[in-house]
Amino acid sequence: MSISVVDVTKRFGDFTALDGVSLEVPDGSLTALLGPSGSGKSTLLRVIAGLERPQGGRVVMNGRDVTDVPVQERGVGFCFQHYAAFKHQTVHGNIAFGLKIRKRPKDEIDARVAELLALVQLEGFADRYPAQLSGGQRQRMALARALAVEPEVLLLDEPFGALDATVRKQLRQWLRRLHDEVHVTTIFVTHDQEEAMDVAEQIVVMNHARIEQAGTPRQLYDEPANEFVMGFVGEVNRIGDQLVRPHDIEILLEPDGRAQEGQIERVAHLGFEVRVDLLLDDGRTLAVQTTSADAEQRELEAGQIVYLRPDRARRFSAQR
Amino acid sequence: MTPPSREPEIVPDPAVLSPGRSGPADSPSVGGGRASRIGLRTFALGYLTLLLFVPVLLVFYKAFEDGLPNAWETVTSPEGLNAFWLTIVMVGVAVPINTVFGVACALVLVRQRFRGKALLNSAIDLPFAISPVVVGLSLIFVYGPRDGWVGPWLAEQGVRVIFTPVGMVIATLFVSLPFVVREVVPVLREIGDEQEQAARTLGASARQTFLRITLPAIRWGVTYGVVLAAARALGEFGAVAVVSGKISGVTETMPLLVAKEYETFNVAGAYAAALVLALLALAILLAMNLIERREEGA
Repeated sequence: MSISVVDVTKRFGDFTALDGVSLEVPDGSLTALLGPSGSGKSTLLRVIAGLERPQGGRVVMNGRDVTDVPVQERGVGFCFQHYAAFKHQTVHGNIAFGLKIRKRPKDEIDARVAELLALVQLEGFADRYPAQLSGGQRQRMALARALAVEPEVLLLDEPFGALDATVRKQLRQWLRRLHDEVHVTTIFVTHDQEEAMDVAEQIVVMNHARIEQAGTPRQLYDEPANEFVMGFVGEVNRIGDQLVRPHDIEILLEPDGRAQEGQIERVAHLGFEVRVDLLLDDGRTLAVQTTSADAEQRELEAGQIVYLRPDRARRFSAQR
Repeated sequence: MTPPSREPEIVPDPAVLSPGRSGPADSPSVGGGRASRIGLRTFALGYLTLLLFVPVLLVFYKAFEDGLPNAWETVTSPEGLNAFWLTIVMVGVAVPINTVFGVACALVLVRQRFRGKALLNSAIDLPFAISPVVVGLSLIFVYGPRDGWVGPWLAEQGVRVIFTPVGMVIATLFVSLPFVVREVVPVLREIGDEQEQAARTLGASARQTFLRITLPAIRWGVTYGVVLAAARALGEFGAVAVVSGKISGVTETMPLLVAKEYETFNVAGAYAAALVLALLALAILLAMNLIERREEGA
């Protein structure tokens, strides 16, 4: 199901959470809403779900205006950051909830629950209570619960935010594969740019209640629309009024007409790559990324004087 | 599709199987050393024995001191039977009404924002703060058939409140009002509204969400509130005494009967009636326990 958000505004008292936001989400796509906390990304997701009513603008699904359609009739699956598991019901009861509401026959419900338990790899957990599951298992149960009613849209609010790093990485791979299998239009909220780049086909970068840029991960990284986006989707150095990525600066051992002089403060070995922290002659600091092999070959070490040549530096016109 | 494989599995904890029940009493880390633990236990049990067990057991003993027939006679006299049924009516009317009101009021207090909410919040505690006798008197000011506020008008319509069971029910409603609200509010705060939102996204209507998600989640709070409200309704003396007129065999509840028997030097009768009152309270506790257990099994 395709989703259009048209000029949506949402205020909570004096606080503006969404300020005239418009967005197109193609049918069957996997989209990430990315931004710092307080940027309005969760509110946008909740407006699409129907959990919040906007003060202005429209939400359109498959060409139908659903702005005034209550949440229970929108046919969306929603996953909450803290799972919102029904604590007094078993895993089976949780997943079957939407089907019971729809008064499906019992054997159909049981068959569907078994199918979903297999899909989220929770076979054998049907009779457990949420309190007996780990965080990752609870989130998978919540996902199965949302998928049980065959929603046309799946909305996930910081789905992996409360999990530890390893489980997070596993789950996001798994979500990617799940989407390839189920093909339901999916939007998820995250503040982790790596997670967004890794999983999503389309990323929508939000800041201060507005959308800064929407595009593929590659577009955002290579052609950021403004300084905020460039800084949010990757690391940047500032040289004068220009911004440059750490891997777009070349370190030269000999002076070169336009290259800037600097002293190496520290060489950090991060595995395959190396981060070189430098102090420029005007007192500013700079980080440069290079490969471990390169740093070794040229014997880069702290205290050394080198010359820096930025490549592909960007200058953005004054921000609004 | 391969699963995320290496996730820590949580070992099932039997305590979570019965949500709402507290864990085992003997947690080794709490309460310090063995000696202080035993000391604490002795203190708690000793305190309960002196203040609770001894007086209640004495009621049992005293009731049967003059023999079973005497006690039986007081309780089964027309006055005794009337007091018994009237007391049950008080509890049977006031507690369900206050339970429905209490849950609704708690939902409003926790889930809605409006002007005057703080005022409503404090108003609910009024029955705790005001002496029951004052409650009774204020009801006479309102419903008194001669100089009350709405009393004369009601009397014209043929409705009498003061010196009838109607007034006594109102008095009982008043004094037992806060219990369910006060027990349910913290539970509602604790569970938050995410589970309810999740139910809505899954297609549940407001009513279905309340019955399937909210009510099961708050039912321990409701249970405690009902037990407390019932105990108060059962034992209420001051407010009911003022509005009832204490008409023997007509507007006399068990607590009023106990007081009357005691004041007229029928001590054995007083103890017998007190015993019935204690048994009624026990029966309510037991009934609530049974209902809880059946629901847990379902």
